[in-house]
Amino acid sequence: MKKIVKKHPLAIRWFHWINFPVLAIMIWSGLLIYWANDIYRLGWGTTTVLKFFPDSFNKALNIPFRLAEGMSFHFVFMWLFAINGFIYVTYLFFSGEWKLIFPNKKSLKESWLVILHDLHIRKGLPPQKKYNAAQRIAYTGTIVMGFGSLITGIAIYKPVQFKIICALLGGYEWARIEHFTLTILFALFFVVHIIQVTLTGWNNFRSMVAGFEVVPATTIPPVADEAIEEPVTIMNKQKNS
Amino acid sequence: MTNKNENIVSSKDIRNKTVRAFAIFFLLIVAALFGWRWLNHQPEDNGIPGPLRTVLNGNENLFSNYIYSPHNISKAYSPADAVPRVRVNGDAGLGNDFDTAAWKLQVVRKPGDTLFISLDEIKALPKTEVIFDFKCIEGWSQITHWSGVKFSDFLNKYNLTSQSAMNYVGLNTPDKKYYVGIDTRSILHPQTLLCYEMNGKPLPMNQGYPLRLIIPVKYGIKHLKRVGTIFFSNTKPKDYWYERGYDYYSGL
Repeated sequence: MKKIVKKHPLAIRWFHWINFPVLAIMIWSGLLIYWANDIYRLGWGTTTVLKFFPDSFNKALNIPFRLAEGMSFHFVFMWLFAINGFIYVTYLFFSGEWKLIFPNKKSLKESWLVILHDLHIRKGLPPQKKYNAAQRIAYTGTIVMGFGSLITGIAIYKPVQFKIICALLGGYEWARIEHFTLTILFALFFVVHIIQVTLTGWNNFRSMVAGFEVVPATTIPPVADEAIEEPVTIMNKQKNS
Repeated sequence: MTNKNENIVSSKDIRNKTVRAFAIFFLLIVAALFGWRWLNHQPEDNGIPGPLRTVLNGNENLFSNYIYSPHNISKAYSPADAVPRVRVNGDAGLGNDFDTAAWKLQVVRKPGDTLFISLDEIKALPKTEVIFDFKCIEGWSQITHWSGVKFSDFLNKYNLTSQSAMNYVGLNTPDKKYYVGIDTRSILHPQTLLCYEMNGKPLPMNQGYPLRLIIPVKYGIKHLKRVGTIFFSNTKPKDYWYERGYDYYSGL
């Protein structure tokens, strides 16, 4: 016999799998828009280490000369991105799930141990609940980034009507740079996320679709045992111990 | 102690639960792909799939009616901030067969009743200067320096207030090859100019001599160069870039 442990509530699975294609469409249509004024690069003076983006990249993804199309998709799907994100954050607060995902006092120090563990430098992980310290920081980071994309996006979209936001971000051109940088960070997050999910394996991936993880019924690892407890219980326990 | 979040189950149960969850997951992926296909194959409305156009028009209603305010002014700069070399991005409507001497601004008060106004008459009106960050829909911007008559002053001077109670103002180049439509709210914005000077000198030919529109609450595509005709309408006038897939409102 085996034991199944509930991991991701249905609501969170919906938010996750709606966000994935919507964010993909936002990034793709953003590329179509960015191409019309593709001035960013990594480098100094006349030396360019990386041009955003190389011609081969644009050609391979069929990006050139599609500004109008990009804008139309961007300004339609922005609503889905914003609404899904807003409901998700609201849900985190009201369900108590935020306690499992927001970093706590120990997270910064522990995330370092997690990274050492993932790089096979250190054995063993600090005890964790649903997410380890590095996951807490990364996933909360994506929430902050999503909010940043929204705010910088509004500043570029209506810089005169929202000129206070635009000014706080350093002006129109800075807001565009920030919006672009956040997109690059999302792409980097995606790469790391895919690698980590692949390495972690089927049981973990299944939990984002089916909601549960399977653990042996007889020997319950302390890590999994912690993970299944109600957030409130965990809090009380910590206070008592 | 058992927890309501855990269950002892058989391997068969686990398999069934997994299969059911992934079947639903797979169906949703297929539905999403069909939805995407459907969206991209809808009949086009001015260059983009109809449903996208519907949402863009909804965005226009939202921003024009509830967010836009004439009190939101583009940040004003000093003449020293303005770039000396102003970018020229398009020449549609600026054909070479233009007769500068014969030019007069035509204002259609109503069909069959057109007002002809010379450049000198326009220059005699109160002059307004606007130095602002000009924003192109491509994504670049430049601080540029323009002067001319405030559009609202012009409308008042020529008793066009009943016309400007209509929803839209249309502008065409003399050769009718470039044309824009603009919501009247934005036309009445205090920074909207019928402009005849750039950097303190008469407009160059490639910037729309003798008269162009400057409208800082819109992207550059709406700043029509070389105004030939102005008219008023309750329905959306033809718009060059709208027909090519862009947002009609294009407001900032």
